[in-house]
Amino acid sequence: MKIVVAIKRVIDYSVKVRVKSDQSNVDLANVKMALNPFCEIAVEEAVRLKEAGKATEIVVVTIGPKAAQDQIRAAMAMGADRGIWVETVDTELDALTVAKLLAKVVQNEQPQLVLLGKQAIDSDNNQTGQMLAALLDYPQATFASKVVIEGNEAVVTREIDGGLQTLGLTLPAIVTTDLRLNEPRYVKLPDIMKAKKKTLDATTPEALGVSLQKSIKLLKVEAPAERQGGIKVESVDALIDCLKNKARVI
Amino acid sequence: MPTYKAPLRDLQFVYKELFDATSLQALPGFEEVDTDLTDTILEEAGRFCETVLQPLNQSGDEEGCHFNNGAVTTPKGFKAAYQAFCENGWGAVTADPTYGGQGLPKTIGMMVEEMICSANMSFGMYPGLTEGAYNALAKFGTDELKTTYLPKMVTGEWSGTMCLTEPHCGTDLGLVRTKAEPQSNGAYKVTGTKIFISAGEQDLTDNIIHLVLARTPDAPAGIKGISLFIVPKYLVNADGSVGAANGVSCGSIEHKMGIKASATCVINFDAAEGYLVGTLNKGMQAMFQMMNTARLGVGIQGLGLSEVSYQNAVAYARDRLQGRALKAPFQPDKPADPLFVHPDVRRMLLTMRAYTEGNRALAIWVARKLDESNRATDPKQKQSADDFVALMTPIVKAFMTDCATDVTNLGVQIYGGHGFIREWGMEQFVRDARITQIYEGTNGIQALDLVGRKMAQNTGRLLRPFFHEVSEYLEQKSADSSDELQVMIGGLMKAFGRLQQATGFIAQQGLKDPDEAAAAATDYLRLFALVALGYLWLRMAEIALAKQGEGEAEFYQAKLDTAQFYFARLLPQTGALLSAILSGSQTLMQFNHEAF
Repeated sequence: MKIVVAIKRVIDYSVKVRVKSDQSNVDLANVKMALNPFCEIAVEEAVRLKEAGKATEIVVVTIGPKAAQDQIRAAMAMGADRGIWVETVDTELDALTVAKLLAKVVQNEQPQLVLLGKQAIDSDNNQTGQMLAALLDYPQATFASKVVIEGNEAVVTREIDGGLQTLGLTLPAIVTTDLRLNEPRYVKLPDIMKAKKKTLDATTPEALGVSLQKSIKLLKVEAPAERQGGIKVESVDALIDCLKNKARVI
Repeated sequence: MPTYKAPLRDLQFVYKELFDATSLQALPGFEEVDTDLTDTILEEAGRFCETVLQPLNQSGDEEGCHFNNGAVTTPKGFKAAYQAFCENGWGAVTADPTYGGQGLPKTIGMMVEEMICSANMSFGMYPGLTEGAYNALAKFGTDELKTTYLPKMVTGEWSGTMCLTEPHCGTDLGLVRTKAEPQSNGAYKVTGTKIFISAGEQDLTDNIIHLVLARTPDAPAGIKGISLFIVPKYLVNADGSVGAANGVSCGSIEHKMGIKASATCVINFDAAEGYLVGTLNKGMQAMFQMMNTARLGVGIQGLGLSEVSYQNAVAYARDRLQGRALKAPFQPDKPADPLFVHPDVRRMLLTMRAYTEGNRALAIWVARKLDESNRATDPKQKQSADDFVALMTPIVKAFMTDCATDVTNLGVQIYGGHGFIREWGMEQFVRDARITQIYEGTNGIQALDLVGRKMAQNTGRLLRPFFHEVSEYLEQKSADSSDELQVMIGGLMKAFGRLQQATGFIAQQGLKDPDEAAAAATDYLRLFALVALGYLWLRMAEIALAKQGEGEAEFYQAKLDTAQFYFARLLPQTGALLSAILSGSQTLMQFNHEAF
């Protein structure tokens, strides 16, 4: 079984995000970037499936500028076999454009399973996996907390508002990963060295026959208002009064 | 509880911007080592140190090692962490690929080591000692010994130790009494007691490979009759598996001031089978091979502790509200201002920072030269790198560990009373740092090594690479530089002049009276180190100035400001040191010893 894992380069989760002074976007200049944590979970799951003898090949794909190759190498150090880099200058592609590009890659690669993080921590859209499933007309299971491959079927437990739901999907299928699916491994030094020698193919949206149209316009980015310190009130009555008249929540 | 974040950006600044990363890649065997690879390695190593090793640092100190009937148990969590450490390959960064290592540059190895020491210095002792033993064996062992022992030491399945000290001999190894009697099969029976053996016994590995200094029955007296032997805790079967016990036992472990999670053992050898490493009676030569890298490693321990202490001191100075800024409140809406508004707290923080970042630059400089000395094909480049490393080894060891004690104490001071309370973890850094000034040759011995051996060797040849580089740089920069740089150039010229004067004085006086050189040694080593850091800070300031306006403004401004602080407030110590040196040995030697 071949698995394709789509991954994204995002601002590192530990970095304090700053807004550019002209409010045009988040300031990414000289900021530490990393593999999106949900994507990391997707890669980890693929590697575990391979280690369990369920998968034979893992292909990671990313879309972005040259620096995004770092994340492909990171995924390869975790255990992915080869990488595909779709080169774009723009780092703010619409989810639909990303899904279209991925759909082409999936059509070329013909995997049995496509794994994606449920969302990227930069834009938090939570759309790409779903759109990809629609474009390919594949079954999908989002927010996976458990994935079991049985023959031609993936049995996926997903986290939903009411608890857990288990779905059986006929392969090929799309699965997006949630936080509790697994805990990504520490990367081993020998594997970092081996990742350097693994194949990384480059392609372009043109070669894939996808035009990069923008249907979403970013108007302005603002930092959340700084939290004001609280106040102390003398009595329960004063508290109720504040909640009613000042905060207007009751 | 203290926290730790691997200083990746600062490491990158030094290995990529201060030193030219491409010239490292140009050395044979390092073709693959580009900056992307190095970044990835440091990032992953940093992550491991932050999340696996650091959380065991304080608990390891509280619990310590346990000794029960000859067996040593390391603190809770150490065994699992050690296994993960080895499985992830962090014990094999620089080791030869022939034996399963990754063959990466020492430059990378040392940066990884710094992070290990920041996260958990006690833990770092176990793989650190193995690396020391590996180095001696790889250089002096026979092929048979190497193929038998090295692969398992590289994977970490077996560990190594260095058994030098005996109850009656520490610094003066000529007094070693442990006996090695030749056997008919070419092996030796080793008998004696060694003390202060770090990682001498533990529960982490299947076998422990001791490297032991001992004396054969008809060896000449003193230092010229010492040989080096390899003595495994368990004999190794022909198929490479662990065999019978070999007359090596742990008598007890020490109760120490610091590095409590590192087992410091009394090791008894009772007719244990051992094998000669290197030439008979030339054990000290092999031991020095081990010691030189170990001395650099101890310097790195000091650096690692300084860094982690600084990080936590900064965090506290931001969080803790106490007193008001003298001119106007910094946070008028809060009950008090954060600690960092106070000039004296800033003095402490900047002192910590300037020494730590300066020492990091020095460490990586020496590591770079060590790689050149190991790999360069041009004999001149190799010789000059060799000389530089030999000269700088005692400086790295002594100055960086002296700084560690100063810096970690400032860390405690910034916390005030809470620094003295164990829970906060700042006092552990002081206690852990204290040994670094003592082991692998006390800092006094390092100073003697510098003035007695390194300075005198080949009529001062070892000094040349450093002196030439600094004077050429000063000459070149004094002609055309910005005003900001000129102030620092002036400062370095003055300090460099003092170093030259002190060097001349010691060379002259030392010839007449050896006490003169010895009396000046410690002050001279510090003077030398301060000048070396001055040179590095000047170059870092130059880079920071050149990069202004290219983004990361705060980062580069902080480099420049720290450099200016160093030149204004730390480098001037060189004046006092020169005065002390020039005062000679008289006031030390005239004192009547009965009056002490």
